[in-house]
Amino acid sequence: MPPKSRTTGQSATPSSATTSSSTMSTPSKSSKNAGQADAQQIVQGVWSNYVKKTPQRTKLLDTFMLFLVAVGALQFLYCLIVGNFPFNAFLAGFSATVGQFVLTASLRIQTNPENKGEFGSISHERAFADFVFGSLILHFFCINFIN
Amino acid sequence: MASNEEGSLLKQMSGRNTRTMLRVTILALIAGAAVASRLFSVIRFESIIHEFDPWFNFRATKYLVQNGFYSFWDWFDDRTWHPLGRVTGGTLYPGLMVTSGVIYHILRFLTLPVDIRNICVLLAPGCSGLTALATYLLTNEMVTSPSAGLLAAAFMGITPGYISRSVAGSYDNEAIAIFLLVFTFFLWIKAVKNGSMFWGALTALFYGYMVSAWGGYVFITNLLPLHAFVLICMGRYSPRLYVSYTSWYALGTLASMQIPFVGFLPIRSSEHMSALGVFGLLQLVGGVDYIRAQLPSKQFQTLLRALVLFVFVIAFGGLVLLTVSGVIAPWTGRFYSLWDTGYAKIHIPIIASVSEHQPTAWPAFFFDLSMMIWLFPAGVYMCFRKLTDEQVFIVIYAVLASYFAGVMVRLMLTLTPIVCVASAMAFSQILDTYLDARVPKTESKDSNSDAAKVAAAAVLPDGLRSTRAPLVGIYSYASKLTVVGASIIYLMLFVLHCTWVTSNAYSSPSVVLASRLPDGSQHIIDDYREAYYWLRQNTPENAKIMSWWDYGYQIGGMADRPTLVDNNTWNNTHIATVGKAMSSREEVSYPIMRQHEVDYVLVVFGGLLGYSGDDINKFLWMVRIAEGIWPDEVKERNFFTPRGEYRVDDEATPTMKNSLMYKMSYYNYNTLFPAGQAQDRVRGSRVPAQGPELSTIEEAFTSENWIIRIYKVKDLDNFGRDHQNVVSFDKGHKKKKASKRRGARVLRVE
Repeated sequence: MPPKSRTTGQSATPSSATTSSSTMSTPSKSSKNAGQADAQQIVQGVWSNYVKKTPQRTKLLDTFMLFLVAVGALQFLYCLIVGNFPFNAFLAGFSATVGQFVLTASLRIQTNPENKGEFGSISHERAFADFVFGSLILHFFCINFIN
Repeated sequence: MASNEEGSLLKQMSGRNTRTMLRVTILALIAGAAVASRLFSVIRFESIIHEFDPWFNFRATKYLVQNGFYSFWDWFDDRTWHPLGRVTGGTLYPGLMVTSGVIYHILRFLTLPVDIRNICVLLAPGCSGLTALATYLLTNEMVTSPSAGLLAAAFMGITPGYISRSVAGSYDNEAIAIFLLVFTFFLWIKAVKNGSMFWGALTALFYGYMVSAWGGYVFITNLLPLHAFVLICMGRYSPRLYVSYTSWYALGTLASMQIPFVGFLPIRSSEHMSALGVFGLLQLVGGVDYIRAQLPSKQFQTLLRALVLFVFVIAFGGLVLLTVSGVIAPWTGRFYSLWDTGYAKIHIPIIASVSEHQPTAWPAFFFDLSMMIWLFPAGVYMCFRKLTDEQVFIVIYAVLASYFAGVMVRLMLTLTPIVCVASAMAFSQILDTYLDARVPKTESKDSNSDAAKVAAAAVLPDGLRSTRAPLVGIYSYASKLTVVGASIIYLMLFVLHCTWVTSNAYSSPSVVLASRLPDGSQHIIDDYREAYYWLRQNTPENAKIMSWWDYGYQIGGMADRPTLVDNNTWNNTHIATVGKAMSSREEVSYPIMRQHEVDYVLVVFGGLLGYSGDDINKFLWMVRIAEGIWPDEVKERNFFTPRGEYRVDDEATPTMKNSLMYKMSYYNYNTLFPAGQAQDRVRGSRVPAQGPELSTIEEAFTSENWIIRIYKVKDLDNFGRDHQNVVSFDKGHKKKKASKRRGARVLRVE
C-alpha cells in the first residue's frame, strides 16, 4: 500500500502544484471566500469522518496527545513570560511532554489498522509494551534531570 | 582467515543447529583472535598503560575506585592546572572509567581480586571482541548472505585501523566507544527496519552510553538525522521511520544531557541542531502524512506541502538568527577544522599542534585498511544496486566517514567499521558466486530446442558465445578455483599485513621504548619511568612541575605531582604561559615560574639517543602558541636563522640559544663528548663547543639516556642579588674570566 500511494502522490504533484500556484498568485476576493467556504467544508468533513471512523481507544490516545500539547505549550509560555530560571527543570518538564507525545504518537501509529503492512511484526500488545518501556526510560531520565 | 572457508561450508551443511553452532564457534574464535592480536605490547613489554591520555583515564579510574562514584562525580582536582585546578568530574566523559569501575567491582564480588591496572590495560582488547560481534550483527542486517557478517567480524577484529586505538594498554575513550558506535548503529538499523519503539529506546540507551564515553558521539548525532533526512528526501518516509527516529531522539537527547560535560549542549550548540531540525521535520511530515490520509482534496495537499517548506525555511532562518545572535553556540574550532583543513593552523595552533589532528597522508589508508581499501567501493556500489533503507545508511556513512578520515588522522577510526562492513559484503559476494558448486547443465537442451532461440541463432553469427551456449555464467572449475584461490591468498596476505602492522607500528607503549642491540636482542629504554619515579621519591608531595602539556597526564599519573598544564588543553592562555616561559630568556622566565610556584621543570631531550619526539622538535609549537597570546614578546621569526632554517648548532639565532628550552636541553651536554665533538643525533648537527649556562635553575636529575632532564628552580638569593650576579660571583671565586660575565650582562641590558 505505501509504495502505491507514494507513486500516485508523486505523479499528482506537478499538475496540482501549478494549479495551486496559479490560484495563490491571483488574490481575488471571490476565490478567497470560496476557498474559505471550501476549507470549512473540508474541516467539517474531516471531523465527522474522524468521529465516525476512529476507534474509542485511539480517541483516548488523541485526547492524551492533545493534553500533552497543551501542557507543553503552557510550559513554553511560562518559560517565555516568567523566565527559564531552573533551566534543568523546565527542560525536563518540556522534554517529558515532547517525549511522551512522540511515544504516544508512535503507539497510535503502530496500533492503527491502516499501518498493518508497515508493522507486520508488531502486535498491539507488543506496541503497548514498547510504549511502557519507552515511557519508563523517558521519565527516569526526566526525574534524574530535574535537579 | 578461516572464517570464509567455513562460511562457504555453511552452505553445504544442513540443519540450523549445526549452522548456529558453527557460527557461534567462529564468532568466538574471531573474538579470541581480536583479543590475542592486541596483546603484543603486554607480551613484549609488560602490562602498562600507554601513551598520554590513558594515564589520565587510569588516574581517574583509580580515583573512582578508591573514593566511590559520587565523589568522582564531584571531583575537583587541585593537582592539575596549578594554580587554577580543574573540575574534573564535570569535564570528562565518565563512561570509560565507570565501565572499568563496574568490571572491577563485579570481579571483586565474584571473589576475583584483579588489580585495577590490569582491568584498564585489558579493557580495550576485551571491547574489541565485542566490536567484532557488533559488526557481525550490523552486517547481518544489511545482507542476506550468511558469510558477510562473519567476514566483517573477522575484518573488524584484526584491521590495523581499529587496532591502532585498542591495543592492550591504550586505555582511551575510543577503547569502548567504537564498540558502542557500531552497536548503536546496529540498533538503529534494527529500529528503522522494524519501526519499533523498543529498538529505538535501546538505540537511545546505547547512544547515551556512547555520549558518556567519547566526544565522537557527535558523529552519531549527525549521521542518524542525515539518514532520516535523506530517506525523507528520497520519498521514503514511512511511519516506521517516524517511530524509530522520534523515539531515539526524544530519549537519546535526554540521555545525553545527563552527562555534566555535555549538559545543555544538545539544545545549545550548532552540532546538535541537525538532529533537532530533522526531529521537527519528521513531526511535520508525519502530521502531513496523517492528514493526507484523511483528506481527498489535492489542493489542500499542495497547500500543506507549501506549509512544510515554509516552516522549514522559517526554522532554518531562526536557527541562523539564533546562532548569529549568540543564543546557540556556534561551531567549535575542532569542527571548523573539519571543513577547512587550514583553519586550525591559522587560528588555533593548539589544535593543529596535535599530530592526530593532522590531515591523513594517503599511504595511511592502505597501511590501516590494507586490501579493504579497494574492496570498500565495491561494497558501497553493491549497496547502490538494491538501496533499501539500511543500505542508504551504509552509503551515507561511507561518504561522510571517508571525508572525515581524509581530514583528520584520528577519524580513520570512524571509517574503519564501515569499510569492514562494505568490503565484507563485496568479498562475500565474490565467494558466494564462485564457491557455488552447482552447474545448471540440464536445462541447456531444452533451451536449445526453443524455436525462438533457433531463429535467433540463424540470424546472429555463430561466433557469439551467448548463441552457442545460452547459459551465461562461470561454470568451469578452473576459473572458479582461480578466483577462490586468489581471494584466499588475499585474505592470507591481509592477515599477514595486519599482524605485521600491529606488531611493528601499534604495539609500542611509548612510555617504554625498545631498541635492538647489535646482537639482535631487545634493549628496553625506560627513561620516562625512571625520571617520574625519581620525582615521586625525591620531591615533596606538593612540588609543582612545569613541563610542556604533552607530559602533564604522565606526570600526574606516574609521578603523582601537581602540574601546570596537561593534555586536557582547556586553557589556552595557561599553556601559552608555559610556552612563553620555555621560549623566553631566563630573566623573563624566572618571574613567570616564581609566580606559578614552579619547583621543578621537566624537559624531554632526545639528542643523545636520537629520540625524535623531544621538546626541541616540539619547540616551535610552544613558540607559536605563546606568540598567539603575546605577539610582542615572543616572535617565531626570531627562532629561525636569516635563511629561514631551524638550527641548534653554532648558527642558531641568539633568541634560540638564550631560550630556556634550549639551555635546559643542551646544558652540560658537551661534557659527554670530547671537546668540540658534541653531536645532536636527532637534528644531526654539531652542538656549539661552549655549552649554555644556567643561572636561575639548576640541574636536578638527568635520566640514563638523557631523555628526561629535570631542573630545580632556585629560590631567591639570600643576599637579595639576582641570580646572574650570584653565578658570576661564584665563578669569580673559581678564577673564571670576566669576559664571559660581561657577555651575559650585555644580553640582560638588551
